[in-house]
Amino acid sequence: MAENVWILGIHMTKFGKHPELDTVDLGAQAAIGALSDAGLRMRDVGVLAAGNLMQAAASFGQQLQKQIGQTGIPVFNVANACATGATALRVAIMAIRAGETEVGLAVGVEKLSGAGLLAGGSRVAQSDTWSPRGRFGAVAALDGRIGTETMPGVFAQIGLEYDHKYGGATFELFARISEKNHAHSTLNPLASYQKRFSVEQIMNDVMIAYPNTRPMCSANCDGAAAAVVVSESKLRTLSLEQQRRAVKISASVLTSDPWQEACQVLPDVNTLTRAAAEQAYEQAGVGPEDLDLVELHDCFATAELVHYDNLKLCPTGGAVDFFNSGATWRDGTTPVNVSGGLESKGHPVSATGIANVWEIATHLRGEAGDRQIEGARVGLAHVIGLGSACGVHILEKAV
Amino acid sequence: MSNRVPLVDYLVLDGEPHLTARECTRCGARYFDRRNACAACEADTFHTVDVATEGELRAFTIVSFAAPGIPVPFVAGVVDCAGTSVRANVVNVPADPRHVRVGMKVRLATVTVGVDAAGVEAVGFGFEPAS
Ligand SMILES: [Zn+2]
Repeated sequence: MAENVWILGIHMTKFGKHPELDTVDLGAQAAIGALSDAGLRMRDVGVLAAGNLMQAAASFGQQLQKQIGQTGIPVFNVANACATGATALRVAIMAIRAGETEVGLAVGVEKLSGAGLLAGGSRVAQSDTWSPRGRFGAVAALDGRIGTETMPGVFAQIGLEYDHKYGGATFELFARISEKNHAHSTLNPLASYQKRFSVEQIMNDVMIAYPNTRPMCSANCDGAAAAVVVSESKLRTLSLEQQRRAVKISASVLTSDPWQEACQVLPDVNTLTRAAAEQAYEQAGVGPEDLDLVELHDCFATAELVHYDNLKLCPTGGAVDFFNSGATWRDGTTPVNVSGGLESKGHPVSATGIANVWEIATHLRGEAGDRQIEGARVGLAHVIGLGSACGVHILEKAV
Repeated sequence: MSNRVPLVDYLVLDGEPHLTARECTRCGARYFDRRNACAACEADTFHTVDVATEGELRAFTIVSFAAPGIPVPFVAGVVDCAGTSVRANVVNVPADPRHVRVGMKVRLATVTVGVDAAGVEAVGFGFEPAS
């Protein structure tokens, strides 16, 4: 078996509005921060994995090198929807596991402040006479005419599908999930928003796609995160202080969705997440009951509920009871999204899959300040990108 | 010459309006789009089958913000038509959670999309409450 891979350095920028910084500025801030945290320099790095969606064809990784260090190493520019950051991290880990290098750098960055609704893609150009186009032979745009392709609407359906299957998933329940994450964010100085909302405020806010109101949707913002990962043999050559703060990557998994009835009609975010979680628990040799905290992909409040089940934090069908027990609040048995989650911390798409890992690593290092989960030893970070791609990483504190 | 065209090629307007699917001849997986091969079993032959016109609403949302030209709010959902899932709007019902619920019985209905410069009407579909 390939040797273990460790996080040696990791950094997350403040999430929010950064009008004065461009994509490369933010990426550089995260990368330099992670290198400094690791005690290494660009010349020590053997592979760079770079994630950015808004300029996916612009070779962001090379643009970043031109600002922080051109050392001739291979660059992998990756794009995998909202799982882009986790994919970049996974690429760096795979390069180390493959024995190609001892040190990898993964960076994810996005500038999304002011971006509107993230909608779907079937906007065919309309001519003045009907003519069938595309794979459905459509004579007009389908989004809005045959269901919805908007993200809030897609994930709203995913939440209500869970209600149809198991019951109990009411508008108010989803609002209470959002209440939790916004409450958690008040302790996170790097979150986009640090404002507590009451359930009533959340339910009475602007309705985007029932049952998701505005505070129940992920916040578009700017941000970046980066991680330096090293092989275990490299780690053992470093200082005791570096070894003490290093965080073990016990599992690194990326899945796509296997075919299921309906998966091409409404995206199935469940099957691939369950598969990723199962593989991750197997790789790490830990179970959901061992997790001291979880950062999961609450792109909408409706998504958080189904992922309690998909990540096996509760018995199948038991997500509503699990949430109602208080388990996922920061003082509960399985704290979920103590960072504030995507709804409050924010969701700069390509940064998210590394920022979630940063949150877990910071707790495992005991460096999370006011929001520290005391004694945290094991944590899980999950992201999902529609299309679909799911990344799960399980991290453990150095012993 | 017909003065009506379907919004999508899997909507049949002649006779009793209904949807069709491309069904994999090997494994029976159903699709609504033009296929290169079956995503479930990799076979590459399909035949056309009719989809049941009645079903049960398995999931829905009420969309308040949509693309330009789409009237809001509207109800979007997934209908289980005797085992075949169909994406559609729920029509002829108030766009309000008091009138739409998961599990409700629905049936296919046609809706007008618009008329083009040549006077041809495009006809789409949705599902309306069956009771
Ligand atoms: Zn097949």
